[in-house]
Amino acid sequence: MSARQATPSTDDITTIIAPLTDLEGPLLPMLHALQDQYGLIPDTAVPVLAETLNIGRAEVHGVISFYHDFRTNPVGRHVIKICRSEACQAVDGGALGKRVLDLLGLDWGGTTANGAVTVEPVYCLGMCACAPALMVDKTVHGRVDEAKIETILQEVGA
Amino acid sequence: MLKDEDRIFTNIYGMDDRTLAGARRRGHWDGTADIIKKGREWIVDEMKASGLRGRGGAGFPTGLKWSFMPKESDGRPHYLVVNADESEPGTCKDREIMRHDPHTLIEGCLIASFAMGAHAAYIYIRGEYIREREALQAAIDEAYDAGLLGKNAAGSGWDFELFLHHGAGAYICGEETALIESLEGKKGMPRMKPPFPAGAGLYGCPTTVNNVESIAVAPTILRRGASWFSGFGRQNNAGTKLFAISGHVNNPCVVEEAMSISFEELIEKHCGGIRGGWDNLLAVIPGGSSVPCVRGELMKDAVMDFDYLRGELGSGLGTAAVIVMDKSTDIVKAIWRLSKFYKHESCGQCTPCREGTGWMMRVMDRLVRGEAEIEEIDMLFDVTKQVEGHTICALGDAAAWPIQGLIKNFRGEIEDRIKAQKAGRISSVAAE
Repeated sequence: MSARQATPSTDDITTIIAPLTDLEGPLLPMLHALQDQYGLIPDTAVPVLAETLNIGRAEVHGVISFYHDFRTNPVGRHVIKICRSEACQAVDGGALGKRVLDLLGLDWGGTTANGAVTVEPVYCLGMCACAPALMVDKTVHGRVDEAKIETILQEVGA
Repeated sequence: MLKDEDRIFTNIYGMDDRTLAGARRRGHWDGTADIIKKGREWIVDEMKASGLRGRGGAGFPTGLKWSFMPKESDGRPHYLVVNADESEPGTCKDREIMRHDPHTLIEGCLIASFAMGAHAAYIYIRGEYIREREALQAAIDEAYDAGLLGKNAAGSGWDFELFLHHGAGAYICGEETALIESLEGKKGMPRMKPPFPAGAGLYGCPTTVNNVESIAVAPTILRRGASWFSGFGRQNNAGTKLFAISGHVNNPCVVEEAMSISFEELIEKHCGGIRGGWDNLLAVIPGGSSVPCVRGELMKDAVMDFDYLRGELGSGLGTAAVIVMDKSTDIVKAIWRLSKFYKHESCGQCTPCREGTGWMMRVMDRLVRGEAEIEEIDMLFDVTKQVEGHTICALGDAAAWPIQGLIKNFRGEIEDRIKAQKAGRISSVAAE
């Protein structure tokens, strides 16, 4: 999630997806590449992908909206995903989520005013033995307590 | 208790070296070429004899599944697909394999692919597993550099390519046909069966989809012999298994144990007991979120294997992700949250599931607050029966079973809540 452009041109998109065209089942890798670059899937990418892969635009839209990881709306510089599943709830993960939201004054899916953090719910990070768990961008944190939350929020600049 | 020398995953906690050199020192990649030289039939027969049942939840015999692949290619390539889309709430066993002991999986992929005549295998890893993908990719690169993958893999004469494919956060992609669709770059919507993947799977070619753990245990089984593996556990429930225990135990952990271990031994030996003692145990979900919950008092003497949990307790071993809940748990709310999860993850292809999961969640929502009629409990049960078995994939079943488990085991709890709401008191017990 580095270079952010609101509307990348067709050429920009073609440059990103071109090396992936010879893969089998290339749509997901392409979408991952676009999201890595822009932090979201730009609207302008849909017709380009449809054209390149010879599928309908509706088909591309369907795939983007099907998978939770692909976004079409901008998010904060960091994304915190808090596990809302049974194992985490059992060790007070509910309070953890509420605490983070209260500290930031957000609701689920909200972004702080300075654009630093977006908080999202997630179902099970596979860290059940180290619950409660959350994920900051690409790093998972287990056994999260009050002190750890504050450190994390400080690090991401919330 | 399982002895250390009988453990297949010798580095599950990442205390040892996770590189190829470390894996070799622990006995992996030992004589892989010799195993392959014994031939396809020997491998499949040995897997059948070992009694290994699929570790992804359904418990289908792995050797039998491998034998469904066509013996001779009709011109189409064969594929092995490894299901590393571990998304079931409570399940965290495959993550440990991929992060800390990845070479067990890679060696397993080579042997299993050979046994099925596949020259290429895909590992489909879930979107949230980012460090695991890095660890696994590093291990794959290492194996390529050492000549264990690629042309003449591990000196066996078999050409083999292994690809790691990254998912994008959809629970349903853990279903085998949805996973295949997703690998092809489509929406992860399950396909109708038949044709089964062994006949027409990935890109319309014969495909077998296996769980990470099923594949990762295969090399050790073949090295040590089917009889060694089948020596653990009860008849028809052979082997060792990774158990992932979470929730209200003193020390939640992932541990490899023999099948058919008693629940009490599992908890006492490895998890430091139930929080607040055995009298404080309310309920257990023994196999990941999609199996029915079981009352705590029934669980104490339970034997942790496929047949006991299904036959005696009406639940299931699933992925052996044991979620323990003590008496501080609001069990109705816990099951409501699972309903919400399944509603969220339903792919929307089949009407009973798309509409039913939402319907069930909304009724559960009212049951949590007690704002319902007693008759609605039976109506809800009836609805779950109409969803179960009427959908293409098992997500409909998975959404129905936790609610059925709740109604069967904790009906009193729900009724109390409705009565209390009607009487305008916080709890019917408090008024006595």
